[in-house]
Amino acid sequence: MVVIILTIVLGLVMISMAVTALTAQRVRAAVLASGIVSLIASIIYLLLAAPDVAMTEAAIGSGLTTIIFFYVLNKIRRSDV
Amino acid sequence: MYKNMFIIVLLAGLGILLGSFLLTHHANKALPELPAYYADKTASEVGAANVVTAVIVTYRGFDTLGEVTILFVAASLIAMFLKTSKAPKDRHPRPSSVILSTAQKLLFPLIVLFGVYVFTNGHLTPGGGFQGGAVIATGFLLLLMANPQAEFKHGLLNFIESISGTSYVIIGILGAILGLGFLDNRFMSLGELGTLFSAGAIPVIYSLIGLKVGAELSNILHHLNEVQNEA
Amino acid sequence: MEYLTLQNIGLVTGFLLILIGLYGALTQKNILRIIVAFTIFDAGLNLVIVALSYIKGRVAPIIDQTTGITNLSEKFVDPVPQALVLTSIVIGVGVTGVMLTFALRMFKTRQSLDINDFKETKW
Repeated sequence: MVVIILTIVLGLVMISMAVTALTAQRVRAAVLASGIVSLIASIIYLLLAAPDVAMTEAAIGSGLTTIIFFYVLNKIRRSDV
Repeated sequence: MYKNMFIIVLLAGLGILLGSFLLTHHANKALPELPAYYADKTASEVGAANVVTAVIVTYRGFDTLGEVTILFVAASLIAMFLKTSKAPKDRHPRPSSVILSTAQKLLFPLIVLFGVYVFTNGHLTPGGGFQGGAVIATGFLLLLMANPQAEFKHGLLNFIESISGTSYVIIGILGAILGLGFLDNRFMSLGELGTLFSAGAIPVIYSLIGLKVGAELSNILHHLNEVQNEA
Repeated sequence: MEYLTLQNIGLVTGFLLILIGLYGALTQKNILRIIVAFTIFDAGLNLVIVALSYIKGRVAPIIDQTTGITNLSEKFVDPVPQALVLTSIVIGVGVTGVMLTFALRMFKTRQSLDINDFKETKW
């Protein structure tokens, strides 16, 4: 039961972060929010008995994707990014 | 306006489709035939404790070969799009802080060592070549952040990548000649289940994949770091 | 109450992420925001596939002392979707990298990130 409640909370945070990613004023905030979506997805993978996928999502989906985004954002110097 | 209406109608239709799937679908009670075969036979046929690793490296090894090829193509495309000019660099970012450069000296070997641990133990514990390669790339990222101006030996990364990719294919062909098929792991001794030197060629193949993925992701980060110094 | 299982929660979250990501990719004008929406879509799709492979009360497909080596097909969750999702995540970062560097190239040629400024690709 505790696991179910935890998963529901994580899912709600995930969906609100996904909505934040689409509505945020600055692209930087949107990228961070999508990184959080990936990070929470990796916790849910762990609860769904998939530790291999959880490791991959945490290292690659959440870490490297966000870093590549920020490297590119750093090259685009504008007020709204 | 009409375009937005069209998009909303489209998404509502997709939502109804997914919702009806959710209401009518029944949870699996048992494994289908093929996954049940993999779960039962991995210990005796492949000798790996981690069934996901056995599926990735052996049963679906051909897919993984295609996957590292796609990653290689992606890294080459990124290098092509980011082609740097030879003009002198005119931006001079301030040097990184003492904390970052000291921590980098201490942590970089440890992070690389952890990445190597993750991919050499891929057949026993969760993890493997892709995760270990990503961890190594993270260590390389720390190196780049501490020395953003430094010139790295670009050839070394390409060399590691080509050597490990070629060896991967050679081991696959060796499996076809000495074993039962392409990428078969049983031409080396299977060993005892659960020890480091077991599961035939799986640790070797996964280490090569780890080195290749690590070199490719580091290469992408290196190219992205190089264009940061341009105007 | 019987619908409130771990699998169904994962499925609902994944479906909502797919819809949010698709809506964003279709309505946003900024190229970088479209790419962000694509990564959300990707995460939702992977979550759905992993949730479908989950079976209640079973453990991750790794052999150790607690599982033993007999009757493993009655103790493990499905390993095949997990392996495929692992592949999909790694390819996803490669595709995202290519999309981002292409967007950077487009920005350099036109000094704009608005998708409506690139009419040549329209048909």
